[in-house]
Amino acid sequence: MDFELTTEQKLLKNTVRDFAEKEIAPVIEELDREEMFSTDLTAKMGELGLMGITISPDYGGMGMDYLSYCIAVEELSRIDASQAATVAAHNSLGISPIENCGNTIQKQKYLPDLCTGKKLWGFGLTEPNAGSDAGGTQTTAKQDKGQWVINGSKIFITNASTEITWGSTIQAISGTNSDGRKEYSCILVENDTPGFEAKQMKNKMVWRSSNTSELYFDDVRVPEENLLGNRGEGFHQMLNTLDCGRLSIAAMGLGGAQGAFEKALKYAQERSQFGKPIVKFQVNAFKFADMATEIEAARALLYRACWLKDSGKPFSKESAMAKLYCSETMGRIVNQAVQIFGGYGLMEEYGIARFYRDQKLLDIGEGTSEIQRLVISRMIGC
Amino acid sequence: MNIAVCIKQVPDTETKVRVSGDKKWIEEGEINFILNPYDELAVEEGLKIAEAHSGEVTVLSLGPDRITSAIRSALAMGANKAIHIKTDKNPLDPMATAEALAQVLREGNYDLILLGKQAIDDDHQQIGPILSEKLGIPAANVVTKLEVSADKITAERQIEGGFEKIECALPAIVTTQRGLNEPRYASLKGIMAAKKIQIEEKIVTVPDDKIEILEINYPPEKPPGKIVGEGADAVPELIRLLKEEAKVIS
Ligand SMILES: Cc1cc2nc3c(=O)[nH]c(=O)nc-3n(C[C@H](O)[C@H](O)[C@H](O)COP(=O)(O)OP(=O)(O)OC[C@H]3O[C@@H](n4cnc5c(N)ncnc54)[C@H](O)[C@@H]3O)c2cc1C
Repeated sequence: MDFELTTEQKLLKNTVRDFAEKEIAPVIEELDREEMFSTDLTAKMGELGLMGITISPDYGGMGMDYLSYCIAVEELSRIDASQAATVAAHNSLGISPIENCGNTIQKQKYLPDLCTGKKLWGFGLTEPNAGSDAGGTQTTAKQDKGQWVINGSKIFITNASTEITWGSTIQAISGTNSDGRKEYSCILVENDTPGFEAKQMKNKMVWRSSNTSELYFDDVRVPEENLLGNRGEGFHQMLNTLDCGRLSIAAMGLGGAQGAFEKALKYAQERSQFGKPIVKFQVNAFKFADMATEIEAARALLYRACWLKDSGKPFSKESAMAKLYCSETMGRIVNQAVQIFGGYGLMEEYGIARFYRDQKLLDIGEGTSEIQRLVISRMIGC
Repeated sequence: MNIAVCIKQVPDTETKVRVSGDKKWIEEGEINFILNPYDELAVEEGLKIAEAHSGEVTVLSLGPDRITSAIRSALAMGANKAIHIKTDKNPLDPMATAEALAQVLREGNYDLILLGKQAIDDDHQQIGPILSEKLGIPAANVVTKLEVSADKITAERQIEGGFEKIECALPAIVTTQRGLNEPRYASLKGIMAAKKIQIEEKIVTVPDDKIEILEINYPPEKPPGKIVGEGADAVPELIRLLKEEAKVIS
């Protein structure tokens, strides 16, 4: 067993940490308050190489492994969940289905500009009536004169309506199987297609400087060759995408937990009551001991899940476990972190309230905690 | 232009340093090591000069195996070549380090040798000047602005209360100070490209240290602050204490 990161992973960790502290930390309070997506930060993250981390260099990616990718997301989340969300959604949901399922023409057309971060790509699965139950999709795609005609709507789609969004991968019902069950396919839809509308969703509690959108399709016509992979593979493509996506959500939980822990520890060392730093009260010291222990456990679980994926072994169960555990670990830690800050913890100015808010998404997005438990329980024979 | 940058791996500035049991050094076990921040300035300056004068940047570092990550981070920033001068012991005497570096620098025929003005771990600030003496070439220390032409450099240096502008012929040594530039981040692309560069390994005789560390100690704990009073009434007493007790104003 070798727990040592490679030289490249260590360099990546240092460089992303440095970048997040110097470029993101100074502006995040304002972006969060004003609920602003930053094309400037996205461009800088693209320049650093964060927008195509695991994609092959043949298509302009960095060709790194999944553990490296998760370390990058972890380091971004240690400072800010929103920028981490932009990166994680783009990498896991936006471009990896195109790399994994797309044909050469699609990859050559889309990946280079997506990997530099010049453009963004979304992944539209969730609908108003199809959340946890992704099989409840109502959006349809019908073939007509060499085109797909799409009708329906999507909700909560990350990165789908920014100034630099190019398009999204849309899961739709494309027909009925011979056994009478619905057939799902994924189709690439560019934002400037007539009949398509992407609308930013406002007033979020979480990820305020990440872009979240509603998508509307009114007889949207795209060429037949925009089909991703084969017809009828949509459901599997989506499940595979989510297995990988969960690793990056877990990384957000881990990084967020680490960030909140560090903030709280620093505060507890500086804040004195009853004549001594509050960290010296055993009740608080033990909280920190527990937090540090849970963070280590979360990291070990996630890194091993990444190792399974990078070694080509089955990892679905472990990725669901990592997503569940890292998200809930961050939940416990932000709760204690705000407690350590006392009244100041409730004031946005101190930065810890943002961690507290942002954490809640992790229990819900890319499969709620209940759905993770469902996935895990099925895999262990319940 | 053939540029050499001497770099050192140091503990991360955020590390909570623990003195080792024998009090002669620090516990290295859990430390996250980084490239010395002043050396990052030197690497950045080297890269900028190389880009402007179609040159090549070679980084050199002396130390045990663990320093390869610092070398790799300079390569990831964009340096072209690297030489790892291998040694098992960690020389603590700048005189010994400079002698080892000088042996390798002499072979390289460099036009310009850049170094951080100091390493943030032992803070000696001696390597640049000692190298200057050993190689018999001029050195500009603590430089905040640098112009390089084909055969000379013009450097601005920080001095007490102002700046000094100096000029010297190449080859020369420059030690770098904050303000000189804003070091670039090692990009992911750079990190992957650096992986393919073979680090040249050299073994040289490192002279024995002429200084010995007797003891390393923590700074004394800060005494607790004192609240003199509140509002305008407290000001005269505060001034008296600042004058007579703390002696920070006169
Ligand atoms: C900021 C943000 C970004 C997002 N980005 C994307 C994106 O890029 N692409 C995308 O496709 N989607 C995205 N989503 C959608 C997200 O994946 C869904 O919100 C999530 O899957 C839950 O679906 P729902 O909101 O409809 O909740 P519901 O499915 O309605 O769930 C409501 C509650 O019921 C519980 N529940 C449901 N079914 C069961 C069951 N079988 N057993 C027990 N409990 C159950 C859930 O756990 C939950 O507590 C995003 C969401 C947000 C908030």
